[in-house]
Amino acid sequence: MKIAVCVNHVPDTETKVKIAPDGQSIDRTGINFMMAPYDEIAVEEALRMRDKFKGDVTVLSLGNEKHKETLRKALAMGVDKAIFVRDDNERDSYGVAVGLAAALKPLAPEVILFGKQSIDFDDAQVGTLVAEMLGMPSVSVAVKIEIQDGKAVCVREIEGGHEIVEIKLPAVFMAQKGLNDPRYPSLKGIMAAKSKPIEEQVAAPADRLVETLVMSKPPAKAAGRIVGTDKSAVPELIRLLHEEAKVI
Amino acid sequence: MKTLAFIEQRSNVIKKSSYETLRAARGIADALGAECIALLVGSGVREIGGTLGRYGASRVLVVDNPALAAHSGTAYAKAIATIAAAEGAELVFLPASQMGKDLAPRVAVKLKAGLASDCIALRVEQGTVIATRPVYAGKALLNVRVNSAVKVFTLRPNVFPATSTEANVAVQSASVAFSPEDFGAVVTKVEVAVGRPDVTEADIVVSGGRGMKAAEHFSLIESLAEILGAGVGASRAVVDAGWRPHDEQVGQTGKTVSPSLYVACGISGAVQHLAGMSSSKYIVAINKDKDAPIFQMANYGIVGDVFDILPELTAQLKEMLGK
Repeated sequence: MKIAVCVNHVPDTETKVKIAPDGQSIDRTGINFMMAPYDEIAVEEALRMRDKFKGDVTVLSLGNEKHKETLRKALAMGVDKAIFVRDDNERDSYGVAVGLAAALKPLAPEVILFGKQSIDFDDAQVGTLVAEMLGMPSVSVAVKIEIQDGKAVCVREIEGGHEIVEIKLPAVFMAQKGLNDPRYPSLKGIMAAKSKPIEEQVAAPADRLVETLVMSKPPAKAAGRIVGTDKSAVPELIRLLHEEAKVI
Repeated sequence: MKTLAFIEQRSNVIKKSSYETLRAARGIADALGAECIALLVGSGVREIGGTLGRYGASRVLVVDNPALAAHSGTAYAKAIATIAAAEGAELVFLPASQMGKDLAPRVAVKLKAGLASDCIALRVEQGTVIATRPVYAGKALLNVRVNSAVKVFTLRPNVFPATSTEANVAVQSASVAFSPEDFGAVVTKVEVAVGRPDVTEADIVVSGGRGMKAAEHFSLIESLAEILGAGVGASRAVVDAGWRPHDEQVGQTGKTVSPSLYVACGISGAVQHLAGMSSSKYIVAINKDKDAPIFQMANYGIVGDVFDILPELTAQLKEMLGK
């Protein structure tokens, strides 16, 4: 089975965001970047599918030079082949999807995996955009994927529960936490990944459809009131919630 | 000019987030002098379209087809894009629910439109919609403008008001031709837990963190949630420890919530957790560490032992609310 998995290189979840002087992006100084956490789950699922059905896994990432670090990590986890789709300029989700769809098409994968969203722009769009561009069905927020006889039965998270989705292959799947526990790369894997080649392509051009006007910090909340230090504070807390906040 | 709002129904019940989306779409339509169309898709849904005039629809269209009884992302997206194109709608709004987030990218590609996801504010400036959306899980906000001719927006649930007024609008049928290829993905079964609301939809969320000390102590969180009709949330630490299921996780690698009231119990407030709940309208923190970052966010705090305070809070609320 031909499997492809797309990964993104994003700031660590512990990052405290500072706005850059251009007022449109974050200040990258001192920020650690890593493979997006949901993408790790997607890579793990790709490896498990390969082990079950044979075949190979190709990992793709679109962005600047730094994205190679995340491709190396995927190689260290055990993927077979890496494609770096270069664009040094920031793209919107549509632009990323155009570039990835163009790179994916000649691979003719039966299964394409993404994380359910990156954790930078939180658009949660790229996987489904790529699916639509390639004329494939998709399952977003997948917590279980079972492939059998040219189709897959998936469990998809919805508000307050789950739905079962039947989907024909080739298809796109977006991994949600709970699908699996991603492995840590082994030392052997890390060493081997250093010498594996990364194929490089220039990203297919795309218009920018969503334009950033300004990035700002959310209004700071003034630290509130300490109502007390033990259960004797409960009546006052309830009074405040009822009379002042009017939320109960 | 026309705006179109997609109305999500599950088991032929319209979701509150769709009323919110419709009301917001009407606000934009009014600012632009545009018509506001509500679009309902499904099987046997004609009967439930009657309420949509009250939430801002100037026209209600229904694609009612037995083939759409089971939800299919591919087919529903085709229905929305086909109607939007036939009507010449320039602005298309969907709720940023799990269904809306799944449909919107497909609709956008079909309409050659840019998509602004998970918007929390909309305004019109010189005839153009400016949308505000959180990025980095709410650590920053982005004002964006969509530059394509047709523009698609998804709106975060629980943020826009679903104001209703007295208005009745007749429901009109619209038809879309489907072929078997349109049903590449089909929902065969829906399993929804009854009773407790999801954290993203709940008006009140009660969350527990490492300070709860063990999985079994979450019964204290659940009891309080039950009295308040609240959703139950959890920090990443307790989900990673296996105390709670991941669908309760609030934060950057979990869910982002905006309830009226968020009660954080034994949660210190790691930056990635704060990102997921900072847009809550009121925050209560109960934590024994007075220096915990959560107190910087909280409107009301009790610096004390959750095991002392939670049972008392639950008992007093139970009496007050007569439950």
